[in-house]
Amino acid sequence: MIPLSSADAEATGVADEALVEVQADEQRDALVAALADALGDALVESHVEPGVDVWVRVVAESWVDAGRALRDRCGMAYFDFLSAIDWMPSPYGRDMDAQVDLPVDDGAADVATPAGGYETGLAGGQTRFQLLARLHDPVGHVGITVKADLAGDAPVVGSWTPVYPGADWHEREAWEMFGITFRDHPNQVHLYLPSHFEGNPLRKDYPLLARRVKPWPGIVDVELMPGQEEDDAGDDGSEGDES
Amino acid sequence: MTALDDTRQLAYIAGQASDARVNVELETEGMTLNIGPQHPATHGTLRVIVKLDGERVVAAEPVMGYMHRGYEKLSEVRTYPQVTTLVNRIDWLGSFANEVPFILAAERLMEVEAPPRAQWIRTALFELSRIANVVLFLGDMGVQLGAVTPVFFAFRDREFVLNQIEAVTGGRFHPNFDRIGGLKDDLPKGWVDETKGVLGRIRTFCDEMEDLVTGNEIFQARTRGIGVIPADVGLSYGLSGANIRASGVDWDLRRDGGVGLVHDQLDWKVWTHPDGDSFARYWVRLQEVREACDMVEQALDGIPSGPVMAKVPRIIKVPAGEAYVETENPLGVMGYYVVSKGDLVPYRVKIRSASFNNISITPWLLEGTYVPDVISILASLYFILGDIDR
Amino acid sequence: MSETLILAVELAWWQQTGIRAVVGLLAVLLPAGTLVYLFLFKMMSFMQSRLGPMEAGPYGSLQLLAEVGKFLQKEDILPRKADRVVFKAAPFVVLISTFLLVLVIPAGPDAWFIDVDTGIFLALAVSSISVIGILMAGWASSSKYSLMGGLRAAGQLVAYELPLVLAVMGVVIQAGTLNVQDIVMAQAEGEIFGWGGIGNPFILTQFLGFAIFLIAVQAELTQPPFDMPVAESEIVTGYLTEYTGLRFLLFFIGEFATAGIFSALAATLFLGGWYVPGLDPTSDLFNVIGPAILLGKVVLVAFLIFWFRFTYPRFREDQLQQLAWKVLIPLSLANIVLTGVLKVVF
Repeated sequence: MIPLSSADAEATGVADEALVEVQADEQRDALVAALADALGDALVESHVEPGVDVWVRVVAESWVDAGRALRDRCGMAYFDFLSAIDWMPSPYGRDMDAQVDLPVDDGAADVATPAGGYETGLAGGQTRFQLLARLHDPVGHVGITVKADLAGDAPVVGSWTPVYPGADWHEREAWEMFGITFRDHPNQVHLYLPSHFEGNPLRKDYPLLARRVKPWPGIVDVELMPGQEEDDAGDDGSEGDES
Repeated sequence: MTALDDTRQLAYIAGQASDARVNVELETEGMTLNIGPQHPATHGTLRVIVKLDGERVVAAEPVMGYMHRGYEKLSEVRTYPQVTTLVNRIDWLGSFANEVPFILAAERLMEVEAPPRAQWIRTALFELSRIANVVLFLGDMGVQLGAVTPVFFAFRDREFVLNQIEAVTGGRFHPNFDRIGGLKDDLPKGWVDETKGVLGRIRTFCDEMEDLVTGNEIFQARTRGIGVIPADVGLSYGLSGANIRASGVDWDLRRDGGVGLVHDQLDWKVWTHPDGDSFARYWVRLQEVREACDMVEQALDGIPSGPVMAKVPRIIKVPAGEAYVETENPLGVMGYYVVSKGDLVPYRVKIRSASFNNISITPWLLEGTYVPDVISILASLYFILGDIDR
Repeated sequence: MSETLILAVELAWWQQTGIRAVVGLLAVLLPAGTLVYLFLFKMMSFMQSRLGPMEAGPYGSLQLLAEVGKFLQKEDILPRKADRVVFKAAPFVVLISTFLLVLVIPAGPDAWFIDVDTGIFLALAVSSISVIGILMAGWASSSKYSLMGGLRAAGQLVAYELPLVLAVMGVVIQAGTLNVQDIVMAQAEGEIFGWGGIGNPFILTQFLGFAIFLIAVQAELTQPPFDMPVAESEIVTGYLTEYTGLRFLLFFIGEFATAGIFSALAATLFLGGWYVPGLDPTSDLFNVIGPAILLGKVVLVAFLIFWFRFTYPRFREDQLQQLAWKVLIPLSLANIVLTGVLKVVF
């Protein structure tokens, strides 16, 4: 466990560390409890990593209510960011130990939901797209990551701009990069990409052209490290997997 | 200046009351001026479309993406050390500071801690990159307002800092020095003493700036009361760094965060200013440079001996999990949300860059200001295009 | 040259005119070149702790020549929608103003171009012609930046004409004449409370007028801190944005020539012109060394102008106007009243 670099770092002994962890736990647990109190069933899952961070997952229909509750009742006055995660395994990407890139799959866009749902991260989730937002409490010095499952391939969810005006640009970016439409957004146009861009680049089924043209060479050390010998080079991972 | 204060006050109230948003298709009278993307004032290719009524701005809309490099997509096909190379180039002036939050996030996922020596050297380099970054701002603020001389002093003194960074890392602007588990190399011999000499120069430079620029009546007339950002508005937009501290919010992640740099073992203070105008933002950054000099000195004095790299495998496979680490970078709060599925490459990296949020407040802020003030407000918010566009 | 200049050879009328024209050109271009080299290339560089041009000629003295050559060989670009006639005429209008202005400044007791009894009036009148040239440039360029620069220039230059004129009024009252040569003589032969050692340079009694004059000159030249019309970091170069090559060179030389001429005017009105104390003002020696002395004083005054230019940030347009209307004009009016009163009393 990485110790906190707060004043408690100077304290010695495991007991103090444990004390600190418990203390931070209480703060984060109280945070989750307050949110559960405000949202009720809309808060689907939560995960607290003691002393480090807290993740919560809410229902997409109560996304705006969750934002409001966090701002008004939990003191989260600071808007950090809002984005999304696409949990579909990339049809183009390199799988964990594969030696070559997976072949291009023309039907990649209709990859059906695998049985049992997508493999998602902390605080669970079953859908392909998940909204990811981060808020911070500048007074209590605690942050919270909020997720929400989004249904379907072109999901629609309420916009956070009435609650946090700073979400404006973040939602525009999420719209153009993932294809998530935000209801009641004042100006949902492209942010980074040219006006008539087709496609949503950060989706997993959107190919990275550079890798299509030239596949990933793998971890190949072309030069030996100082002091390394010829036969050590073979241990450094895949070699010669260029097609 | 009373009439100006009244109109500014009214503009602010009107903006708040109606929660004005800018749409490029607004139909208003007047001239539409395109500031940028090629323009001497914008730090790179930022384009601001302003609708003018005489010299007064009716609506302003920044258009960005001229430098969008797609880092989030690119980092999904690179191993973690390779991502460090990419990430260097986000905020290219505060070079080393970009790598730190990403490496710390990866270290948290791997449950590896860098040895103390590496943490202390990281802190020293972190603050050095802050000095290099903000010194440029101090000179540049003068140029945006028309004082052409201070920027030369800034560049000259910044050269020495960059030389020091180059002596350690091998790169002035893109060091690529941080590694998961520590640093790439140890310090060269004699570096500590040389750096202390350089810090003396920076302190002299700060005093010169205080004389030349801060006390100048014209500078004060151009920056005081211009671009006032109230604290709650700033927080709701996600403003960070000196911008939010200049609005009176006492919040600094070096003191209030909990990450693997050793700021808590140094003796320093957080500077805030109650006004929230351009002058406050300039003044806070000036004090922060001085503070950073002290911090580097303390860090250099306190470096413990030991290894600079923890035991990590040659090929780094980061275990599955999610981590978000943010640090107080020179431009503001920079954070990386790293999602890993146990592979060599990250599954998703969300880069939270400071300038993106800092500039998102400009449509609200620039309404009702004059054209010269547009430039000075953008200058005081201090953005780097690479940070906005990633 | 005046008719009393004695030459060994009697020149034909066209030869005399030719000499006059050449000398007139020199009188404009020589100070311009000196100021560009000394202040723009060297002084600005030293203030910014760098050396400036060092390659062209010894210590970079021929850099201006190199720049002239560079500008001469550039492509002549006109914006498509620009008003061609007005666009091309604008730099010449500004230069005409400069050349006309140099006519009234004497460089010696007999070394003058024209000697009219309303010299100062003529000078101030022709100096306003450059405003038209700048407006023409801003309008004809058909670019929004140029238009904004032109509009700013219109407001600024008209506003600062007044302090300029009123500051000069104090000198005129004290000298009792509008004739420039007589003003120099009044300073040369004047006395300070009975002591005639150094004459009576009007800067001693008109220091307020001198300060106002310098500030107004800074604004008339659109130099920082009054360079809103040419604010480089905002509107690229304002009314100059669309000018390239030779036309830009004409504006550039015009700007520095005007700076030199205004400095010469300030030196003549306040510092005593071509006179140095200790010599008889009517002697022929002054015809020879007068121009050199005047040039020295020009460099002195221009040093002040350019020193301010490189140090201060720029005023915003409304602050600039407030300074002119609310501060400088009342001060200069007060100066006139005071001068009048003191002139009668003493």
